[in-house]
Amino acid sequence: MIMPLAEIMIAVMWAGLTAYVLFAGADFGGGVWDLLAGGSRTGQHRRALIEHSIGPVWEANHVWLIFVIVLMWTGIPGVFAAVASTLYIPLTLAALGIIARGAAFAFRKVSTELWQRRLFGAAFAFSSVATPFFLGTVAGALASGRVPAGIAKGDIVSSWVNPTSAMSGALAVGTAAYLAAAYLTRDAQRAGEDGLAEEFRHRALVCGAVVGLMSAAGLLVLRADAPRLFDALTAGRALPLLVLSIAAGLVSLVLLWRRAYRAVRLTAALAVTGLLWGWGVGQYPHLLPGVTLDEAAATDSVLAATLGSLAVGAVLLLPSLWWLYATFQRGHTEARESRPSR
Amino acid sequence: MLVGAGDADLGAARMQMALSLGWHIVLACLGVGMPAITLLAEWRGHRGGDVHYRLLARRWARAMGVLFAVGAVSGTILSFEMGLLWPGLMGVYGQVIGLPFALEGIAFFIEAIFLGIYLYAWDRLSPVAHMLTGIPIVLAGVASAFFVVTANAWMQQPTGFQVSGGRVVAVDPWAAMFNPATPPQTVHMILAAFMVAGFGIASVYAVAMLRGRRDRYHRLGLLLPLTVAAVITPVQIGVGDWAAHFVADNQPVKLAAMEGVFHTQRGVPLHLGGIAVDGEMRYALEIPYGLSLLAHWNPHAEVMGLDRVPFADQPPVNVVHWAFQIMVGLGFALLALSAWLAVAWIRRRDLPRSPWFLRGAAASGVAAVLALEAGWTVTEVGRQPWIVYGVLRTSAAVNPAPGLVWGFVLVTLVYAVLTVATVYVLRRLARDRPVPVAPQDPDVDDERVV
Ligand code: HDD
Ligand code: HEM
Ligand code: HEM
Repeated sequence: MIMPLAEIMIAVMWAGLTAYVLFAGADFGGGVWDLLAGGSRTGQHRRALIEHSIGPVWEANHVWLIFVIVLMWTGIPGVFAAVASTLYIPLTLAALGIIARGAAFAFRKVSTELWQRRLFGAAFAFSSVATPFFLGTVAGALASGRVPAGIAKGDIVSSWVNPTSAMSGALAVGTAAYLAAAYLTRDAQRAGEDGLAEEFRHRALVCGAVVGLMSAAGLLVLRADAPRLFDALTAGRALPLLVLSIAAGLVSLVLLWRRAYRAVRLTAALAVTGLLWGWGVGQYPHLLPGVTLDEAAATDSVLAATLGSLAVGAVLLLPSLWWLYATFQRGHTEARESRPSR
Repeated sequence: MLVGAGDADLGAARMQMALSLGWHIVLACLGVGMPAITLLAEWRGHRGGDVHYRLLARRWARAMGVLFAVGAVSGTILSFEMGLLWPGLMGVYGQVIGLPFALEGIAFFIEAIFLGIYLYAWDRLSPVAHMLTGIPIVLAGVASAFFVVTANAWMQQPTGFQVSGGRVVAVDPWAAMFNPATPPQTVHMILAAFMVAGFGIASVYAVAMLRGRRDRYHRLGLLLPLTVAAVITPVQIGVGDWAAHFVADNQPVKLAAMEGVFHTQRGVPLHLGGIAVDGEMRYALEIPYGLSLLAHWNPHAEVMGLDRVPFADQPPVNVVHWAFQIMVGLGFALLALSAWLAVAWIRRRDLPRSPWFLRGAAASGVAAVLALEAGWTVTEVGRQPWIVYGVLRTSAAVNPAPGLVWGFVLVTLVYAVLTVATVYVLRRLARDRPVPVAPQDPDVDDERVV
């Protein structure tokens, strides 16, 4: 073999997953805070900030999920089939959550009457909590080796109703909420809403502490429920990533305390990234119990064609993305200046 | 009967797939066709300086924002469902059709990025630069329709792989993507998308004109999309004929079901209408030699009947036959409407005066959607009992886990609510009141379109 195509493919997929968790995860977290924002009047400001900061980006962020799914069925088709068939209940619920959330969010933005905004807002906020939870249970099922190879060979209930899944579901919601609160502090600050920035700072601190405790408890759950992964994380090759995650998490809390909101974006993202890659590295090369990456990977011709196309696509995409952000960074200030004259 | 003889879970899975695809495809068509029509209006407004065109372009762009969001989430459900419902397909053949889906992903990114710029940056870019940002949206929309339909075409004409010991080997993803069914199906689908968008938008303005709002704004709102659709319709009928010849040559069982041919013979008549009962077409209007002539350009050509394949390999005739009749019938009805417009325009440079023309135009959007759904019913139900034609049976691909029926019930409920909400929100958007120019952006609601 000339190039480890399967390894490249799984790394690209994991990078896509990381992007999804960091970007779309924060959008989901925005929905969690929307749910907790308070009554229609008192919560108005918070909701407006949340809506403003996720509005332009959530669709692009959402494409990362499709990217991961498609890469999964292309690159490791048997694993995709095993996961989807055994875990079809949480995946169906997550899919419905995604549809309810995206549609309700778009509808709320164009609605003006209070009852409509409340109704769509409730659907949006509720599904923002449910969706990451169910996706988290799926991660837990994989991490604890409860999805055997083959089609629908696992237990359709206990595969995702178990300690590890419960822990990772809760952790997914908590992480989303934490990322969102940390990002929103900076958004609020940039919008000149210092009061809101303080509020979200407070929330991020509390939420960060809770997520940190949850992760610690999670390690204990793993020790009992998924000893292989636990060993890799605490004594094996994934240890550096776990250390990175913990360190970045602690630094984030300090930075939040000191109101260094810009730097927090980076460290909060690092903490989450460390956790995700720690899991990936800890589990590698096993994707499912007894199934290694090389056994599961698609043929080289498929991997080469797909990775090659993605590389060409990236050449088109990166300048476009750059232009998107450039246009709006510039446009933003102009729009703001012209506002009072209306 | 759509469900056939399988067990309840298989039936539920098929119905769920049909519902989600049939729903998504309508939004996908608008996503493919609307950007081009909107851009055309913007260009006319820029060139001729007619403000009405510019207002129309803005209004359509606003609707596009909502449609794109709903299209994106309904498409996401589909990619979940490919695995949730058909693991037997994806687990083995996912890698064979993975490439077009990966390419589609790139197209989605491009579409999302430029849609963001197009919707938000209307006043921040020069008119020409703004129009240029619309072009990638059009190209990416057409490209994503092309890519995804190649995957479906592969299910009709599977090529580019070999199977050994239950695993696929020697996969050539490019050969799978450019399988023999790809040219007719993708062209037919992309034209259908423009017809659905063109007739669909036109019908909104036709309804308004029937209610007495006959100003220039509404006339142009009718004329521009209707012209686009009217130009495409005759081409589409030609392409449909191509697709039919392709089916006759490559999927003879499907053709037999489409035309209700039970016995293999020469000089086969064409059946118009009719119901299949006990292996016979009853109550049909027969055109002697019609089918042999149409399918093979020869009145005495032999046409294969369903008697050549065991009963277990036959698709349900009545569904396929009627779906085909409906598509073709509506295709010709839309052609008549297009011809009417053309004649009036050539004679008087004006819309036909008869209120029946407006009534026809008002119905044309629904007709195009029905033709679209009927066409997909022909393609997909006519392929049964195969999920990959001649290679893998649908019943072998379905998820064997218990309880799929409940998933179907749940998904149906969610789609029912989603349909009501989407229609409601779009109707509100169509009213004349200040609404955000960029629907995602609540703080620009002071830029009104009147
Ligand atoms: C606006 C929509 C529309 C209109 C007016 C027509 N079609 Fe169509 N037809 C479609 C929209 C469509 C479609 C939904 O797009 C399909 C489904 C799959 C495909 O590739 O195109 C399709 C499929 C389809 C197939 C099956 C292809 C296959 O299974 O591979 C045939 C044989 C035809 N069409 C033939 C025709 C003819 C002879 C028409 C003449 C009036 C016609 N269609 C009008
Ligand atoms: C281009 C992408 C498409 C792909 C990859 C695709 C794939 C599938 C799959 C996997 C099934 C389930 C298995 C089966 O029953 O054969 C199916 C069934 C079906 N699809 Fe499609 N489909 C596509 C487009 C569409 C569209 C746009 C429609 C629109 C109406 C449609 C209508 C149906 C119907 C009616 C069935 C049920 C057939 C039956 O149960 O008899 N398909 N399709
Ligand atoms: C099995 C069949 C299909 C799957 C799995 C699928 C998947 C998807 C996904 C995941 C999205 C969301 C992308 C985003 O986030 O922007 C989407 C949107 C879209 N799909 Fe599909 N799709 C299918 C069938 C089709 C068909 C038959 C067409 C044909 C025209 C189509 C055209 C589109 C378009 C144009 C969009 C962009 C959304 C819009 O503009 O409204 N899809 N699809």
